[in-house]
Amino acid sequence: MSDVPDAGVDAVVADLAAALPGGAVRSGATELALYARDASVIEGEAGVVCFPTTTAEVQACVRIARAHGRAVVPRGSGTGLAGGAVPVSDGPPPVVVVTTKMNRVVSVDPVARVAWVEPGVLNLDLSRAVADHGLHFAPDPSSQQSCTVGGNVANNSGGPHCLAYGVTSAHVLAVEVVLPDGEVAVLGGLHPEPEGYDLRGAFVGSEGTMGIATRIAVRLTPDPPAVRTMLADFPTIEAAGATVTGIIAAGIVPAALEMMDAPITRAVEAYVGAGFPLDATAILLVEVDGLPDGVEAMAATVTEVAMANGAGGVRVAADAAERALLWKGRRSAFGAIARIAPNYYLHDAVVPRSKLVDVLRQVYEIAGRYDLTMMNVFHAGDGNLHPLIVFDRRVPGVMERVMAAGREILHACVAAGGVLSGEHGIGLEKRDYMHLVFTPDDLDAQGRLRAAFDPDGTCNPLKVLPGGAGCGDVQHVPEGAWI
Amino acid sequence: MDLTESLLAFADEIGAEGPVCAVGGRTQWEVGGLPTPGTREVRAPAGIVSYQPEEMIVRCGAGTTVAEVDDALAGRGQMTPLDPAHPTQATVGGVLAVGRSGLRRLRWGPVRDLVLEARYVSAEGRLVKAGAPVVKNVTGFDLCRLLVGSLGTLGLIGEVVLRVLPRPATAQWLAGAGDPTAVLASLYRPSSVLWDGHTVWVLLEGHPADVAAQAGVLGARFEPVDHPPVLPTGGRRSLPPGEVTGLAGSPGPWIAEVGVGVVHTAAPSPVPSSSPPGVGHDMDRKVKERFDPTGRLNPGRAWA
Repeated sequence: MSDVPDAGVDAVVADLAAALPGGAVRSGATELALYARDASVIEGEAGVVCFPTTTAEVQACVRIARAHGRAVVPRGSGTGLAGGAVPVSDGPPPVVVVTTKMNRVVSVDPVARVAWVEPGVLNLDLSRAVADHGLHFAPDPSSQQSCTVGGNVANNSGGPHCLAYGVTSAHVLAVEVVLPDGEVAVLGGLHPEPEGYDLRGAFVGSEGTMGIATRIAVRLTPDPPAVRTMLADFPTIEAAGATVTGIIAAGIVPAALEMMDAPITRAVEAYVGAGFPLDATAILLVEVDGLPDGVEAMAATVTEVAMANGAGGVRVAADAAERALLWKGRRSAFGAIARIAPNYYLHDAVVPRSKLVDVLRQVYEIAGRYDLTMMNVFHAGDGNLHPLIVFDRRVPGVMERVMAAGREILHACVAAGGVLSGEHGIGLEKRDYMHLVFTPDDLDAQGRLRAAFDPDGTCNPLKVLPGGAGCGDVQHVPEGAWI
Repeated sequence: MDLTESLLAFADEIGAEGPVCAVGGRTQWEVGGLPTPGTREVRAPAGIVSYQPEEMIVRCGAGTTVAEVDDALAGRGQMTPLDPAHPTQATVGGVLAVGRSGLRRLRWGPVRDLVLEARYVSAEGRLVKAGAPVVKNVTGFDLCRLLVGSLGTLGLIGEVVLRVLPRPATAQWLAGAGDPTAVLASLYRPSSVLWDGHTVWVLLEGHPADVAAQAGVLGARFEPVDHPPVLPTGGRRSLPPGEVTGLAGSPGPWIAEVGVGVVHTAAPSPVPSSSPPGVGHDMDRKVKERFDPTGRLNPGRAWA
């Protein structure tokens, strides 16, 4: 954090405290330090932290911040890995608006399969709240126990089951938003063809730069009548990769198609004991769902394709308990690596499925060159790589190696025809890489959309778009943001 | 850059001055009102640029007819469910610019979820890319979804990459009497449920045994039919799906998409009030002004 005293912050705090209930405005050193960062390795500086509980209180936060010339940085649980919720600004330290106290499921319509929720509802809590109706919220990021639906909207989050069900945007019907100027608007609607532009679609994935969601209408998905979860182990990455393309080529879109390499498989097995094979170079976790006969046929085809490509074996989960255990293994990856080293840096890029194996080879080569421990656990079905570098940041010089390797990995993914992020967003982390995949004209168009919502650049400034794209003129991660 | 010559020619033709609109198959030409007389008409490039079945994507000129894309994908057991009423005339770009989904939206989602990448020509005559040819992507703001349904008022689409899906092994329409809500609730993700106040039509797609089993759930009151009903074409309404049953007894003819909320009517739709009051509309105007400050793209059309 900056050592320069934050002149004027007392006046902001006083106005906010007058507008919000007692305890909802925090400016103690501990809170400011806690909310200066998210789950990325980047640190910013918060001016004051607010915990509103209503749309009107969010509105008050935005208006008071504006009146004092401060930026607003919205935030849910802070599980984002790209620095999207890190408070940074060209001006005085931002007002951080935390939505986690807005955590009510407002209404559930099990017939229309729609729920209105507040942004701070946790992803998994939403699915639990509608489980009795045989419904669930399809986006299931690995952080689903702790990430908020508002955060999912901001990042257009994915998860293993987005392969068949689509990412968050496909599951959001409408969003009530406090716009950067403090007005409230409902974008989208519960009916299928709302008038006007798809501003709902534009808002989802805008990473908090176009306002703050205060209520969200989500589409609920019926639980499938039949599910088969399979674990296939392979002697080589190539065999696993060929199986991924073979499954898709066979006309199957699995509900989920996840790959884990040997280092992460061993780490997870030691942590949860899911029965993962320790001698495999790669494993695939494949889930197919739907009506029973189609599921049986798909499961048989998946098994055939895996065996034809040299799988050591295909284990089919016998019951719900075994299925849950396999998924626990997949979802425990980040818990497991905490036992290996204190820090990790998780990348997120998408490449064409046919390039997965090539790019993985390069990822291993890059890690070897920088003497870093690299593990891979990722959404193979949609080409969404998650190279995971495990390290101890107390080791002198390691951070520089981690960042340099990350840059090379991103370049390799883009060179293979991929993109910078599949589900984590751009945030601060990848902002200055946007020119790798977009021309100045492309970025200008995105800047126009942002400027339509936030002409003054007051809402989550300096995120997503690089400097000079109509949203400020900062070329580097600003001073005060520590990497 | 992998810009094809035809895309550059399209951008040149649009240029940077004078009112201009893109014309496709004119199958939904009246939606949003006609462009101001004197607006120059241009046509987007036509033809499939590349089709990669194993990546489940197809890249085509926006002027390609939907039927041409359908035929190419069918050869590899795939589909992209744009489903316009007149696929041999309707172009991919036209379907996307209008943004109306077909009868299988219940199962396969709205057409806006199919667009992975769009290359369009801006009001300044510049070629702009939104999205990318990968199935999952949160790299920057989602201009693809903004373009879909924008009636060519923010940019003129020249080329798109669409997500494709496996074509279901079996498709069967059935018709019978029943309560539309109960029918929908009794089935697992049917592809379409239609209702005209008397008859319910259901489209089941998938593994043959599953389709047969789901037809069995519907019971003896439902009989297989060869086609969906002929839709009234005079107007189109959009209701929250929960309100569709409220149409019971209202004068027809009309056919409602149960679970979706689109209602096809013989009577013309009431003209929407010029704009719903409030900030939502104001945002439309602000977006339009940023993307087309001189108002040259499809003047006279749409809501902005």
